[in-house]
Amino acid sequence: MTDPHEPETPPTEPRLLPEGAPNPRREFLRSAALFTVTAGALGGGLELLTRRPGAGSAEAQGADPFARPARPLGPYDTAEPVTPYRQATTYNNFYELGTDKADPARLAGSLKPRPWTVRIDGEVRKPQTVDIDTLQSWFPLEDRIYRMRCVEGWSMVMPWLGFPLAALIRRMEPTGKAKYVQFTALLDPKQLPGQRQPILKWPYVEGLRLDEALHPLAFMAVGLHGRVLPGQNGAPLRLAVPWKYGFKSIKSIVRITLTEKQPQTTWALAAPQEYGFYANVNPAVPHPRWSQATERRIGELGRRKTLPFNGYAEQVAGLYRGMDLRRLF
Amino acid sequence: MVTGGLLPAAMLVLDAFTGALGANPIQRATQQSGLLALALLLLSLACTPLRRLSGWTWPARVRKSLGLLAFGYAALHLLIYLLDHGFSPAQMAEDVLERPFITAGFTALLLLVPLALTSTPRAVRRLGFARWTRLHQLVYVSVGLATLHYYWGVKRDHTPPLVAAAILAGLFLARWWGRPRGRGARSSRAGP
Repeated sequence: MTDPHEPETPPTEPRLLPEGAPNPRREFLRSAALFTVTAGALGGGLELLTRRPGAGSAEAQGADPFARPARPLGPYDTAEPVTPYRQATTYNNFYELGTDKADPARLAGSLKPRPWTVRIDGEVRKPQTVDIDTLQSWFPLEDRIYRMRCVEGWSMVMPWLGFPLAALIRRMEPTGKAKYVQFTALLDPKQLPGQRQPILKWPYVEGLRLDEALHPLAFMAVGLHGRVLPGQNGAPLRLAVPWKYGFKSIKSIVRITLTEKQPQTTWALAAPQEYGFYANVNPAVPHPRWSQATERRIGELGRRKTLPFNGYAEQVAGLYRGMDLRRLF
Repeated sequence: MVTGGLLPAAMLVLDAFTGALGANPIQRATQQSGLLALALLLLSLACTPLRRLSGWTWPARVRKSLGLLAFGYAALHLLIYLLDHGFSPAQMAEDVLERPFITAGFTALLLLVPLALTSTPRAVRRLGFARWTRLHQLVYVSVGLATLHYYWGVKRDHTPPLVAAAILAGLFLARWWGRPRGRGARSSRAGP
């Protein structure tokens, strides 16, 4: 390395050193430069490799700009404080829009929720394809404040806007053969770029037993925090089954099929030892890689105890009477 | 070197205070510290083949710092895990004993403890170079378990852990390729 200050050096100084000996000042500058370069390169390199700042940033800490005005709580609402809009829309699992939690919010622009049609078929007397706006106009929209527990051990409180799934199913008039409801999400790698990778078997498929689907808690959401559902949260139509792990609540639904046989659902196909068809929130049945006994509510640092059926046992435990939920997890 | 290596830790602390860690800061801090530990461990393993293949001497001089930094981040990773689980020994014992994913990670860290403790020149003298070298070969087991722990910890997109595994395989290959050959070379130059 050359020393730009060399000309200013008194010409006598180098002669103090024996011929060929290292110049201490030059050595010092050399090691200082090396130090800076290596420290910078290592620190910068590691930083680039590992740091994925959450999309939330400082704003996530601030007041919620989209807090819902107070309303009387309904029979299915939780009174727990709702997760701020910012966090509920920047921390998402929606693998069609990327596997990192911040990816869906970043990439949701490519998902076009209008125009959108939903096909309803299978064991129903009135199979049809219906436009999303027509579909949601069939029912009075209601607010539901639900807990949501992810299989990964975190939870949120979501103020959904939508209608009961039972209302939709009854309107389609199921035949006597209908035993299950299968939901299919949009398959379109242009709108959902994550589908270009075979991370899961696309399209995403989920399902419920008919009696589960007819339970008043099973809900079709078209909005969140009183606003139109954002892409990362599954626009324009998603399921919300609050007593089951979050992955059951399929997003961006294009087809609802009533079937005789239990549907082959995406996660149960991908890792049957880890994700079952029922996926009821159950603190007593650990995931193979972690305990399910506790969870972290997003926005809190500590963990809280996970409740059986995510706190909805009183309403839904009856659906599973006589079943071994350790085996049928 | 060490200053640079501590920069990500400083950023982690800064991010934690500014909220840049997102909605689930503890989870993100856990992931970042773990990834840093593995990256540094791989870097420390790259030193010997790099020195042998290039003839440079500086990789040998930074190797120890990299190894100790890796241990530091692995310890931080464990500390955040403990913080997350309320420092409950029962919960931790259950995790370590019953979940292979945790067992692998915990063992990887445990194996680094004796290496960190014997990182001083005095320890090398006391153990004797040959025994010290053999002890420090534990790093191979540790990095293998750490990579497995990473692989098991990722839910579906296994690309990043597979990249780590490929780098590890590449390093072993480079080590084998650049290994000292001939009699005598083994005892005088071999080392992790």
